[in-house]
Amino acid sequence: MNRQDISETAISIGSTTNLLKRDWLPIMIVIAAALIALAFVGSPSIWLTLTLAGLAMGMMVFIVASGLTLIFGLMDVLNFGHGAFVTVGAYLAYAVLTMMTGLTVADNLLLNVLALIAVVVVAAVGAGLLGWIFERIIVRRVYGDHLKQILITMGGMIVIEQVVMMIWGSQEKLIQLPTSLRGAFVMGDAVVEKYRLLVVVFGSVLFLAMYFSLSHTRIGLLIRAGVEDAEMIQALGYRIRRLFVGLFVVGSGLAGFGGVMWVFYRGTLTADIGGELMILAFIVIIMGGLGSITGCFISAILVSVVANYVAFLVPEMAMTSTIILLVAVISWRPRGLFPLTKR
Amino acid sequence: MTQPILQLENVHTYIEQYHILQGITFDVAENGFTVIVGRNGAGKTTTLRTIIGLWQAKSGTVKLRGQEIQGQATSEIARAGVAYVPENMGIFGDLSVRENMILAARRGKFDTDRLEWIFGLFPPIKKFWNLAAGNLSGGQKQMLAIARAIIEPSDLLLIDEPTKGIAPAIIEDMIDAFLELKRMQTTILLVEQNFSFAAALGDDVVVIDDGQVVHRGAMDTLSSNPDLQQQYLGLALNE
Ligand SMILES: Nc1ncnc2c1ncn2[C@@H]1O[C@H](COP(=O)(O)OP(=O)(O)O)[C@@H](O)[C@H]1O
Ligand SMILES: [Mg+2]
Repeated sequence: MNRQDISETAISIGSTTNLLKRDWLPIMIVIAAALIALAFVGSPSIWLTLTLAGLAMGMMVFIVASGLTLIFGLMDVLNFGHGAFVTVGAYLAYAVLTMMTGLTVADNLLLNVLALIAVVVVAAVGAGLLGWIFERIIVRRVYGDHLKQILITMGGMIVIEQVVMMIWGSQEKLIQLPTSLRGAFVMGDAVVEKYRLLVVVFGSVLFLAMYFSLSHTRIGLLIRAGVEDAEMIQALGYRIRRLFVGLFVVGSGLAGFGGVMWVFYRGTLTADIGGELMILAFIVIIMGGLGSITGCFISAILVSVVANYVAFLVPEMAMTSTIILLVAVISWRPRGLFPLTKR
Repeated sequence: MTQPILQLENVHTYIEQYHILQGITFDVAENGFTVIVGRNGAGKTTTLRTIIGLWQAKSGTVKLRGQEIQGQATSEIARAGVAYVPENMGIFGDLSVRENMILAARRGKFDTDRLEWIFGLFPPIKKFWNLAAGNLSGGQKQMLAIARAIIEPSDLLLIDEPTKGIAPAIIEDMIDAFLELKRMQTTILLVEQNFSFAAALGDDVVVIDDGQVVHRGAMDTLSSNPDLQQQYLGLALNE
């Protein structure tokens, strides 16, 4: 009874063992990729800049993809319209910024941060509300039918983008960061952009918060349980529809938040801004294992840093490298890095 | 004569276009132990899934304490007092044993006496309390699935083939646990292929074949009559 022995040890050592038993291999791969890149890039300062840019990109992809992976995991709903919430978040950011130029141009960190918080709150709440409407009008009608989900949610996204263009016009807009968040620190030879650092901090904090909520709150338990077996949580008396709607709203709000982060990063705004991140988001949730937040986070980072290194070393291979990475991971672990569902 | 706790009346269930249950009618007596037997593919699982609302009956009625429940959401039927152990056990493998149990304790905390009682029935639950449930053996998972279904008192307990793929020693323990539940006046509707297990526990028996009830009555009548068994259960249950 070998397995029994192992389990008993696990109990006696307690939760430390649980942590150690976690699957560290995917994280090792990220670290290995970074070290190999360092060897090829040669210059540590360039490497640091590339790594930070990759991490920042990864965080933004994670913020957008995290809601998507849980939405799919819990209710098997494929939302190809998720990018619409990114777009709406970005435009709401633009709208709030133009109303608050006083706060953003002031050379005062406190006022700038206040402005940023206001922007994020409005964008996330706005995108979340839109998500609620989107779920009621569109998604609810197509439970259980992937083809219809893909078609109708893409249609919904097109409609939302058109409405955005009606309101804000179709010409490109320029967006500027609040004054004190612009620029970079110089550390030796390396240039560390403040905003990228901020995005990495935001993304990491969000990941930790989500990880903690999923593992330590009852709602989190319920979501994890529902991702594994949605029928069973209903048979235990839980109303899965409500849970799903709640998750959909939160996921849409996060996409709106991601839209804010992304539009500041790009500096320019057009109505198709949401679509850009979505391809990466879908790659990342498949690579990470559908329904897994940890998988989503690790693969978002992996894909983004690798794409950045490759773009520097062999520019014409950047997008191809992402696809090769996806194929390699899926051949190694067909259900993703951290498989949860049976799908 | 008290009203049966559960009554199925001419229930027809379709899965996609297939007509699986073709007019199922039977009652489950309160505080009794009713066993559904029948060949593989007869429609036993579909019957339980129809009762808990995971399949919708196309016609006919399902009554719980005289109230029609067909067409209600699974969560509402569960809240009305029906607990369910599915054929695949429905264990959340990524969650610990404790977390599996706490989700079943609907107010979010345990009744400690009841939990101790469950630990007594199924010692591995206590032993592996903090282990991810996915690491349990098949028998231990089955115990967890049953423990989860009884951590809250319920009016009716539906259990789908708990002995499937389980070692004989564990089946013996399971019989003891079910006898204990019976003494506690739990109303149980059990689907079972293992006839000796079914016969050891059942008060009443319902035989289903091809989506229809072909026999209902006291378990004693069936278990003491090899000819009847042969007629209704064929070779499938001769071990
Ligand atoms: N999800 C499904 N899709 C199509 N047919 C199904 C499905 N589930 C069960 N069936 C069919 O319904 C019939 C009854 O199945 P089931 O109720 O599982 O039988 P039992 O539990 O008695 O072995 C079988 O013929 C089976 O093939
Ligand atoms: Mg069955």
